[in-house]
Amino acid sequence: MNSLVVAALLLVLLAVSYQVGLSRSRAVATGSTLKMHSRPNYHGMMVALWCLIPAALILLAWLFFGDNIERSYTLSLLPPEVVNSDPNQLRDVLRRVEQISTGYGVVGDSQPYENAAGQALQEFRLLTFWSIVAAAAAVGIIGLLAMRARIAPRLRARNEFETIIKFLLAVCSGIAILTTVGIVASLLREALRFFTFISPIDFFFGTVWSPRFAATASGDYGQYGLLPLLWGTLMVASIAMMVAIPLGLMSAIYLAEYAPRKVRAVAKPMIEILAGIPSVIYGFFALVTLGPALSALGDMIGVPIRATSALTAGIAMGIMIIPFVSSLSDDIITQVPRAMRDGSLGMGATKSETIKRVILPAALPGIVGAFLLAVSKAFGETMIVVLAAGNAPILRFNPFDATSTVTVSIVNQLTGDTNFASPQSLVAFALGLTLFVMTLGLNVIALYVVRKYREQYE
Amino acid sequence: MMFNAPESQKMNTNAAPVAIADPKKVDLPTGFKTVRTPDPEPRPVRVHADDVCVFYGSKQALFDVSIDIPEKAVTAFIGPSGCGKSTFLRCLNRMNDTIEGARVEGKITLDGEDLYDPKLDVVELRARIGMVFQKPNPFPKTIFENVAYGPRIHGLARSKTDLEQIVVESLKKASLFNEVKDRLHEVGTGLSGGQQQRLCIARAIAVSPEVILMDEPCSALDPIATAKIEELIDELRANYTIVIVTHSMQQAARVSQRTAFFHLGILVEEGPTEMMFTSPAEKRTQDYITGRFG
Repeated sequence: MNSLVVAALLLVLLAVSYQVGLSRSRAVATGSTLKMHSRPNYHGMMVALWCLIPAALILLAWLFFGDNIERSYTLSLLPPEVVNSDPNQLRDVLRRVEQISTGYGVVGDSQPYENAAGQALQEFRLLTFWSIVAAAAAVGIIGLLAMRARIAPRLRARNEFETIIKFLLAVCSGIAILTTVGIVASLLREALRFFTFISPIDFFFGTVWSPRFAATASGDYGQYGLLPLLWGTLMVASIAMMVAIPLGLMSAIYLAEYAPRKVRAVAKPMIEILAGIPSVIYGFFALVTLGPALSALGDMIGVPIRATSALTAGIAMGIMIIPFVSSLSDDIITQVPRAMRDGSLGMGATKSETIKRVILPAALPGIVGAFLLAVSKAFGETMIVVLAAGNAPILRFNPFDATSTVTVSIVNQLTGDTNFASPQSLVAFALGLTLFVMTLGLNVIALYVVRKYREQYE
Repeated sequence: MMFNAPESQKMNTNAAPVAIADPKKVDLPTGFKTVRTPDPEPRPVRVHADDVCVFYGSKQALFDVSIDIPEKAVTAFIGPSGCGKSTFLRCLNRMNDTIEGARVEGKITLDGEDLYDPKLDVVELRARIGMVFQKPNPFPKTIFENVAYGPRIHGLARSKTDLEQIVVESLKKASLFNEVKDRLHEVGTGLSGGQQQRLCIARAIAVSPEVILMDEPCSALDPIATAKIEELIDELRANYTIVIVTHSMQQAARVSQRTAFFHLGILVEEGPTEMMFTSPAEKRTQDYITGRFG
């Protein structure tokens, strides 16, 4: 209801202000001998922007500060002994008041002061909402009138409009960047808190991973050696790449160079469907089908292969990454200019000679970039490994045995009861940071390589 | 010889110009006869084309082109854009095979051997009939590797010194050697446009082809580089049969001994270059050469 009112308000303001600007501009144009600098629709859009932006700012301000204002208002309604009671109890009361005010009802009997506060809060909220809407409308109309008065033949509305649009676009990209910075900062802060419990040397170079549960003997936090997890991650990712790179690259070569157009039109989307399957489905495919099959195969050739192992998880992950590799490589191969192909074919090279000696070398940097992006995807993959790798964070070099990875450990440390003051949970941030740095590094290398490739034919 | 020629189309192209049902085909020059003027002293024929038609999908790009290409001479194909001269050139070493939906009918022979014989090895053919493209297209490899590419894939060199000799010879024949002898192992794409094109010519020569096809080899070059390439073509004429497609009438006049004028997919007229530029038999040739259209 409330958001509908706000949306309606903004839409009405938009429509009215644009029309006002448009008609004013036309009127000015007919009444003047000067040539208008900007076309009427730019005047219309300028008026609309000057009307909408102040109104939207008011609404946004309420969005940010409204909660705090409501909270202090509620506090002023409550008896002082409740306000000064301990924080947990106060939080509870505030929640109950909130629930009464929205009409949800509360568990158990409510205190009279709670009811009164709830009622008052409800009224207060209604009042502030409409006053905010009214204020937004008023500011909008002021903006509209001010802008309308400015409309004149020499007004550079087009240039002003472009500036404002540029600014809005910059704000949008700024939000994305700030979010990234925020995530990294919070990772970093929590990871640093973790390192107050466990020394970074023990974390980065420890070979045993056995975090105790928070409930057991206090003082002993267990061991947090990263190496078993890192090794597991590298092992699973390399098995995945051993599956994904040959299959993906070969299918890309087939699709880009050999497949008739009709086959390509069918096969390419089919392969890309693989990328659309949720990874949890690959996970239970690995767990239910692939793992037992590998285990049976191991029995046949006399090698003990566990059903849930680095191999199982790696193969499933490799299959998941195939479309990633093939799609990117395919794009890069088809980007190699036709002139290169013609040059080679015109010399009497066969198709496979052309691919091997001209196209792949020319596309190599781009393909390497694609591989690196695929590796960083393999590092970050979680669900398949949770289900199919056996969850055994032990430093073992046998790929047929169970293993665990960084991502799996993050999941393990953060599921169930978590207390964000203990190293048992905080270690997740340190692990996350490690993973982030690893994938970031790979992405930077990949971007660098891809960019270098782009300059090749220029 | 015919390649899946639908009988109706074949009939159509040979029929006399009568009322045509399809309005899109009104302009089709059915039953047209190419005007030919033989050389005063006939040269031996190397490549011979007979009633060549080319289709891209359902669109016909060439109509019954017949021509003899003489040995150790430069034959120039001229005509306005889209007239089919490049298409015909690409038929001569079967580069049209690489274009999906392209279909060639008719007969083309090299020394009497049918180029479109299904038993013929295209790879071998393209080693005998080399090609230089419109835009210089050196591979992103070193200068040496660019020239060594052909000899390597065809196994022409027995040893490393053999290969080096071929590369140096080819670069010399393409009059590029002196400019690049100190940087044979630098990337070929770093050369200037004209040098790149000469590198491509060296690359083509390296497999000792008998015929060299050039598809507007100077259209991306400045006048000085163009002059060098033209000079080179004139030198190469002593040993190779050369066919060149060009948009520049002056270039055709300067480098070629015979000229063929294409228009709307037909070969309008062919004859000795001098005669074609002074007293063409066809009005359309006259109009094109004097710049009245095209």
